Amino acid sequence: MAESTLEIRDLHVSVGGKEILKGVNLTVRRGEIHALMGPNGSGKSTLSYTLMGHPHYTVTQGDILLDGVSLLGLTPDERARRGLFLAMQYPVAIPGVTLQNFLHVAVSAQRGYGEQARQQGDSRIQARLMPMGLFRKELDEQLKRLQIDPLFLRRYLNEGFSGGEKKRAEILQLALLRPAFAVLDEPDSGLDIDAVRIVSEGVNRLHAELQMGLLVITHYQRILNYIQPQLVHIFYKGQIVQSGDASLVAVLEERGYEWLEKEVGG
Amino acid sequence: MTDDLRQLKDQSRYDFTTEVAYAHAVRPGLGEDIVREISAVKREPPWMLEFRLKALQVFLRMPVPTWSVDLTALNFDDFTYYMRPTEKKAGSWEEVPAEIKETFDRLGIQEAEQKFLAGVETQFDSEAVYGALKREWEEQGIIFVDMDTAVRDYPDLVRAHIGTVVPVGDNKFAALNSAFWSGGSFVYVPPGVEVAIPLQAYFRINAQGLGQFERTIIIADEGSKVHYIEGCTAPSYSRQSLHTGVIEILVKRGASARYTTIQNWSRNVYNLVTQRAKVEAEGSMYWVDANLGSYKTMKYPAVVLSGPRAHGEIMSIAFAGDGQHYDAGAKAIHLAPATTSTITSKSISKGNGRSGFRGLVRINPGATGAQAKVACDALLLDPYSRSDTYPYLEVHEDDAQVEHEATVSKISEEQLFYLMSRGLSEAEASSLIINGFLAPFVKELPMEYAVELNRLIQLQMEGSVG
Repeated sequence: MAESTLEIRDLHVSVGGKEILKGVNLTVRRGEIHALMGPNGSGKSTLSYTLMGHPHYTVTQGDILLDGVSLLGLTPDERARRGLFLAMQYPVAIPGVTLQNFLHVAVSAQRGYGEQARQQGDSRIQARLMPMGLFRKELDEQLKRLQIDPLFLRRYLNEGFSGGEKKRAEILQLALLRPAFAVLDEPDSGLDIDAVRIVSEGVNRLHAELQMGLLVITHYQRILNYIQPQLVHIFYKGQIVQSGDASLVAVLEERGYEWLEKEVGG
Repeated sequence: MTDDLRQLKDQSRYDFTTEVAYAHAVRPGLGEDIVREISAVKREPPWMLEFRLKALQVFLRMPVPTWSVDLTALNFDDFTYYMRPTEKKAGSWEEVPAEIKETFDRLGIQEAEQKFLAGVETQFDSEAVYGALKREWEEQGIIFVDMDTAVRDYPDLVRAHIGTVVPVGDNKFAALNSAFWSGGSFVYVPPGVEVAIPLQAYFRINAQGLGQFERTIIIADEGSKVHYIEGCTAPSYSRQSLHTGVIEILVKRGASARYTTIQNWSRNVYNLVTQRAKVEAEGSMYWVDANLGSYKTMKYPAVVLSGPRAHGEIMSIAFAGDGQHYDAGAKAIHLAPATTSTITSKSISKGNGRSGFRGLVRINPGATGAQAKVACDALLLDPYSRSDTYPYLEVHEDDAQVEHEATVSKISEEQLFYLMSRGLSEAEASSLIINGFLAPFVKELPMEYAVELNRLIQLQMEGSVG
């Protein structure tokens, strides 16, 4: 059986005519944890948005393959349904939509309830949704594991959420959507140390359970003390400039990003 | 199945006509002969005929308003002003003719009744054909009948109230309704009585070119409480239809009334409605108004706060799709001290749809310490849709507190991307964002209606996406 992979091949990406990614190569196998570290403005978030199919980012060269099949040309929802997930650094607020309602709709879409209803020509709202009892059972279990108060579900999605609440809501989505590959974009920004622990325990547990492939994008090494990568990539000016094992994290911690300027050049 | 096919299939639930044998129909067009014919067919007392004839004269004198939606293509002679589907009013479901039952079945009304209706006044074309009023209401002295029955059985009550909240000459369409009205409901709730379950009426237009002129009067006597729900669906026609209803509500001292409408006329209906409530001291009036259908709509639910501490709320949404133009809004007239009002409007426009909000707040001399709040939010779904806001504030007391807020927003690409990255299709994502935008309004609806509204919004959305 072929290995399950998320493969980025010579990826070039432009925004508004300006090239941001300049030939990224990276292969994440299922079950692996990769860290992508780099300074602000190096194009880390561009990479994560491009993987998920944000319409602002234009792929000018190269390819993104999931299990050998190109994702280019697929909409974000199609990519999601094929097993890709992006935990965003800045999730947007959707006023008036409760977290619970959103999760119900999203889990139902991901599990194919909507597609099934469409194919059967069943246009009733409830036909597109996972049965409530089943959904609640799964949801309650994840809430318990992530230590989230059920009252949180009644709040509007990301509206007025603190940084920590946003990250927890992202991980809750990860837990319910159960992707094959997940990109976590700055998963610990805005979190205090207790929250970092809870979030990373959740990620580690899901990783073990689902044998997910993980790409953790971060500026700081802190989160990597909790989610331990097998492979670390240093990202600079739209390219991976160095790859190595977990010991690279310590090098970066010690030397910062300034030395890159000298070694890699401007 | 493609989206287009699915949409056709969905819409067919609402767009259909049923062959019905009409027991009586007048010639198309306007005229004194028609007013006399309608009144005669209904065997009305002379005062009612006089009321109608005077109204016709007022109607003929008044010009067609030009400050709102474009009505230049509206020709009053194109419509038939009275049609009655069956000779006699049915008293029970078994007596309702099979074709009409079929229509109701397709609308799911009977099913709805089984679930949650305690009593239904259903207006089929111009006449109520089916009515069931719960015995307990009768015991409480509540009157809930169609207007023809009210004229016959409670002439003094009708005569004392008709045209008192909405005068005949209030506007051209109120005058038209006063001359040709047919059907509608009459509700009287005695002092101190609280009607636990909402009174519901379904209105249908079913004949091509038929004008529908329901007249509804609701009287909430002192300290009483009532909720009236009107839901509208209508089939499609090739010719344009006209609906000009008049709703008059009198909320007496300390009483509370709520009137909920979900309007989904087919896309060729002129919907020109006058809704007004007069609220006495310490009374409360709530208009809850959803507009999704019709071709052109003019509708400004109003509260006239005539006694101290009277309170009025008008909550409305409008969703204008391709080819639709709404000029909807609200009016709050403060006549007495310490009166309070809130107007909350949410409008959505897509394609070349136009959704306008026209809101009037007037604080009259003597209405000291009055408070009024107006908030209108518009959501535009694409670059071609349009939203206009026309606020009118007339404040004649220095200590009045009047607030006005207006926002216009668009569905952001970031919101769509976020939801789609979780597996939602673009249409599902848009629908969810819209549901969120409308959530504060939907909360005001009984559950069954909230579900139906979400369903209608989904239909409206799917027409635009994919």
